[in-house]
Amino acid sequence: MKTPRRYLPDSLPGWILWGLLLLLAVGPVIIFFTGQLFYLDLVSRIMILATAAVGLNLIVGYGGMVSFGHAAYFVIGAYSVGIPAYYGFYNGFLHLGLAVGFSALFAVLTGAVSLRTRGIYFIMITLAFAQMMYFTFVSLEEYGGDDGLVILQRSRFPGIDLENDVILYYAIFAVLVLALIFAYRLVWSRFGRVIVGAMHNDRRMQSLGFDTFRYRLTCYVISGVICGIAGFFLANFSNFISPEMTDWSHSAELLLILILGGLGSMLGPVIGSFFFVLVEEWLSTFTVYWQLYFGAMLVAVVLFGRGGINGLFERWRK
Amino acid sequence: MDWALLITQLVNGLQYGILLFLLAAGLTLVFGIMDFINLAHGSFYMVGAYFCATLIQITGSFLLSVVAAFGGVFILGLLVEYLLIRRLYSFDHLYQVLATVGLILIFDTLVQLIWGVTGKSIPLPEILSGQYQIGSLVFASYRLVIISTGLLVAVGLYILIARTRLGMLIRAGASNRTMASALGVNINRLYWIVFALGVALAGLAGMLVAPISQASVGMGNQIIIVALVVVIVGGIGSVQGAFYAALIIGMIDSLGRSYLEDFMYLLMPAQNAETAAPAISAMLIYIVMAVVLVFRPEGLFPPKTR
Repeated sequence: MKTPRRYLPDSLPGWILWGLLLLLAVGPVIIFFTGQLFYLDLVSRIMILATAAVGLNLIVGYGGMVSFGHAAYFVIGAYSVGIPAYYGFYNGFLHLGLAVGFSALFAVLTGAVSLRTRGIYFIMITLAFAQMMYFTFVSLEEYGGDDGLVILQRSRFPGIDLENDVILYYAIFAVLVLALIFAYRLVWSRFGRVIVGAMHNDRRMQSLGFDTFRYRLTCYVISGVICGIAGFFLANFSNFISPEMTDWSHSAELLLILILGGLGSMLGPVIGSFFFVLVEEWLSTFTVYWQLYFGAMLVAVVLFGRGGINGLFERWRK
Repeated sequence: MDWALLITQLVNGLQYGILLFLLAAGLTLVFGIMDFINLAHGSFYMVGAYFCATLIQITGSFLLSVVAAFGGVFILGLLVEYLLIRRLYSFDHLYQVLATVGLILIFDTLVQLIWGVTGKSIPLPEILSGQYQIGSLVFASYRLVIISTGLLVAVGLYILIARTRLGMLIRAGASNRTMASALGVNINRLYWIVFALGVALAGLAGMLVAPISQASVGMGNQIIIVALVVVIVGGIGSVQGAFYAALIIGMIDSLGRSYLEDFMYLLMPAQNAETAAPAISAMLIYIVMAVVLVFRPEGLFPPKTR
């Protein structure tokens, strides 16, 4: 089977993948010896964003479904930790189970409606559903409403003490690697080929006998669940959750990460997250008005760098 | 039933709807004609309010400031379209969304740099800050100013689009842009004017709101989403549709916030109703949009095109 080279394998050379994973794996050791503990937090945050971006990439990069509301799954995953914790239930399996379950439920319900629309309508309707989640959690005054909720203790797993920041780092790292492997296998499976096929020519896939709606819905749910898991880690990482997590600026951030890394590229979400967070941090160190530069960067990326970093490598190879 | 409350809420809904219309009118034209999604539309709403606040400090006249600020936003719109927006028309919607999000950040920071972090309030002239009394009902006269301004703009836009040469070109561009440009219409210049006019209307909405809630950084970032809901419900590209949809959405929002709780007491225990009602009333307009998209994806009042 000949597949368009644009999708896989990535134009990124293999050594970048292995180099990056190795760097992430030994990261805490380097950070420990250099004493820059701040970077442990930073890289943890990058990896959480990357996990979510891997999930979103499945539908945007490979399925052509541009969701502008994926931050909703952050808040679902986060409150799956926060609400049980509020009542004193700290069992990690319970938290993770709720995060996966509710993300899947929300994705099935909203996906069944939104996947009937295309293009700009799909963008708008996913945004609308995310706004609904925002208002739902704002109205839950018992759990802090607008002000959010502080989580006193992190999720408890037998034998894994997430209260230790290094262990949390490795847990996030493991989940990111699992998500990458899963996404890779999925995209290359028969299922993934149908999704990519439906993006390019939905009618042809249907005439070949595929019920593309069901394939697309399944893919949408998988993507939502991955983002929900990212939300679970986001809550454990920051120990504070609020409805603001589902603000549309965060959905836009995720899309930006994908574009920075290169849409429909396996490693793109990871590289995009690194680039995004590091630039954000770097800009905010020397000016309080970093948003100005950040906005300018967004515009510049759209005007000149739509292929993302993956696209740069593609050109470099030629 | 408390009739006074009902009428007050209807007037609130009307006022909110009118403001949404001012925002949505430009948005739907840009959307329908250029197939361009402009999330930064709300930034012009904010800039309009700030322009007006500054001009009032200089001139002291509310009316003069509004007129001058309207012109100012129009010129700013021309500038932004010329420098950036026209390069984005041919791009995928995803990229348009991202570029205009970038534009929002730029505008928000620039406003912060120029006018500072704290909001600017706009004092109302004496004649507009009074109240009207009709029977037992009391209305702030400024509400009536907003409503009548909006209605005037609606009529003006209708005349512009249905009766003038420019309007004819706009309609031609909306229904078939390739054909229009083949017939010798300078489509780029048309886009330029429509974009600037659209954002100037958004600026006008900002100026009208500012005396009530003051001009503040990021004030347009939430209401723009509601305006997009109006555009979708009304049918992309239809100014008339935007007008009806804006009123419908304004009314639903206003009445939902005041009556949904009472209604839900009939259906469920009081305590559940008390927690659920605010959430559901805030979600109401999004639910309306989702329902419209599923059953009538082209919107309730789509433009007539072939």
